[in-house]
Amino acid sequence: MPLVKVVNLYHRYGEKEILKNINIEVEKGEVLAIIGPTGAGKTTLLRLLDLLETPTSGKVYFDGTDVTESRKVRLEIRRRMAFVLQKPAVFNMSVYDNIACSLKWRGVGKSSIRQKVNSILEIVGLSAYKNRNARTLSGGEAQRVAIARAVVIEPEVLLLDEPTANLDPASTSRIEELISQIIRQYSTTIVMATHDMSQGQRLADRIAVLINGEILQMGDSREAFTSPRSREVAEFVGVENIWDGVITSNEEGAVTIDIGGKVIEAISNYAVGQRIYACVRPENITLALSRASSSARNSFAGEITRVASLGPLTRIEIDCGFQLVALVTKRSAEELNLESGNKVYATFKATGVHIISKGNDLA
Amino acid sequence: MDEIWQGFLKAIELIVSLDPEVMEIAGRSLRISGTAALLASLICLPVASLIHFHNFRGKRALINIIQTLFSVPTVVIGLFVFVLLSRAGPLGTLQFLFTPTAMIIGQMILVTPILLGLTISALSGVDRTVRDTALSLGASDFQTIMVILREARYAVVAALIMGFGRAISEVGCALMIGGNIKGFTRIITTAISLETSKGELELAIALGIILLSLALIVNVALNRIQQR
Repeated sequence: MPLVKVVNLYHRYGEKEILKNINIEVEKGEVLAIIGPTGAGKTTLLRLLDLLETPTSGKVYFDGTDVTESRKVRLEIRRRMAFVLQKPAVFNMSVYDNIACSLKWRGVGKSSIRQKVNSILEIVGLSAYKNRNARTLSGGEAQRVAIARAVVIEPEVLLLDEPTANLDPASTSRIEELISQIIRQYSTTIVMATHDMSQGQRLADRIAVLINGEILQMGDSREAFTSPRSREVAEFVGVENIWDGVITSNEEGAVTIDIGGKVIEAISNYAVGQRIYACVRPENITLALSRASSSARNSFAGEITRVASLGPLTRIEIDCGFQLVALVTKRSAEELNLESGNKVYATFKATGVHIISKGNDLA
Repeated sequence: MDEIWQGFLKAIELIVSLDPEVMEIAGRSLRISGTAALLASLICLPVASLIHFHNFRGKRALINIIQTLFSVPTVVIGLFVFVLLSRAGPLGTLQFLFTPTAMIIGQMILVTPILLGLTISALSGVDRTVRDTALSLGASDFQTIMVILREARYAVVAALIMGFGRAISEVGCALMIGGNIKGFTRIITTAISLETSKGELELAIALGIILLSLALIVNVALNRIQQR
């Protein structure tokens, strides 16, 4: 039996539909990441799972119990979970008292509280700050208090809403490390929301992609990234080359695709005439100054239209008769002198093309 | 100016010598107003929380009315309670009129709007996420309210100080329904009023200074609690 089960859930605020037809099952000990852009409904979904709100329609089951029962049942179930809000409030009291309060509310005895709080302080690395007022902590430290406060009750389900939003990179990796440690040490069931695709991959066993209130794809942590099932998911996971096309030939799975006059080759089972989106991740495109002979089936000459630096990487837009985006290292960009107006050859393998049928998209 | 100075010296003399009558009046003032403020806050803190945490029609209007009542004249409260408690009034059989009990009732009514209004605004000053955070960590509704009150403690204590200050400083209500009976319902403010009309300015000023000292002591005590 799944620990958390959501069936046909819809949620509306007034006229606005926030969540549509959500169905999720989370097994005990599993880590599920809900990824999606800001405003997709991730926070609302977590609030519904934590019983802070009741869904407009549909059911949420916790360990087999329908949670829409009485207030008393809801409180009891809520006490078996813990939720770290995106912007958690630390209470205006000492770090120790902040962490102790969730235990106190559950009627845990004083000596047991002392022992549990001290050990969790050790884990989150805040023992030295025990007696400091939590309001004086930095953002990353306050987030660690918030996580400690949730984990100290040893919840059956831990809900995390954007645990690293608004944190600097150092604090982010520290919090991620802490979360993986919790996963290892307590094997807690976790449902976390994040807009950071790679964070979801690093921490989760499964990923659900939530866009515009709908779960468009759910699968293991690589699936959405490597084989998005719709255009929206492909866009969200960073596939920058999405071309409208139609299959023009299919020889035992080796297909040619007409994308507005140009023809690319790919591997697919779709029949001739099928309208599709051809997706290529920008990091799978290689650039060269001359047409080199290689095993890659697709090579196009084009002119660079835009160059943007993204830290160690450089994003290059090329006009090959169709728009193409490539991601290369900054060093390559410098050595090949990739600048606006220059001619280059863009190459990608037939196996690097992911095909999405247009039928899926209309559903 | 000389009178104020003389009054000041007299006040010190009365305090240092623990003048029995003055001590008795001051004690009664403190007792009546302290009781009134305490009882009123026992009622007002939960009621203010109820108003703050529930959404209902006319909530805004109710808060406006409460805030308007901040400035209700003490004599109007006095009149109201007088009518209520007078022999022919609806609660006349209780025979409370011209007793300390009547004064406590009057002062409770007087400070209720202040305690309600300021507590509601203290609670609104607490970030909404405090409530969600408490609930998400497994607090019951009551535990959540206690956390929010605790977060708002500075403003809540300020409300208590305001309420007590209004109670101990009022004279109209105490005079009308207490009657300024010597040794029974005479308090500092009614005594000041009487001594002034008798021309005993030094004693009146001394009593005024004692009243302020009492207020100071109460404030310091409440601030101590607040900072914990």
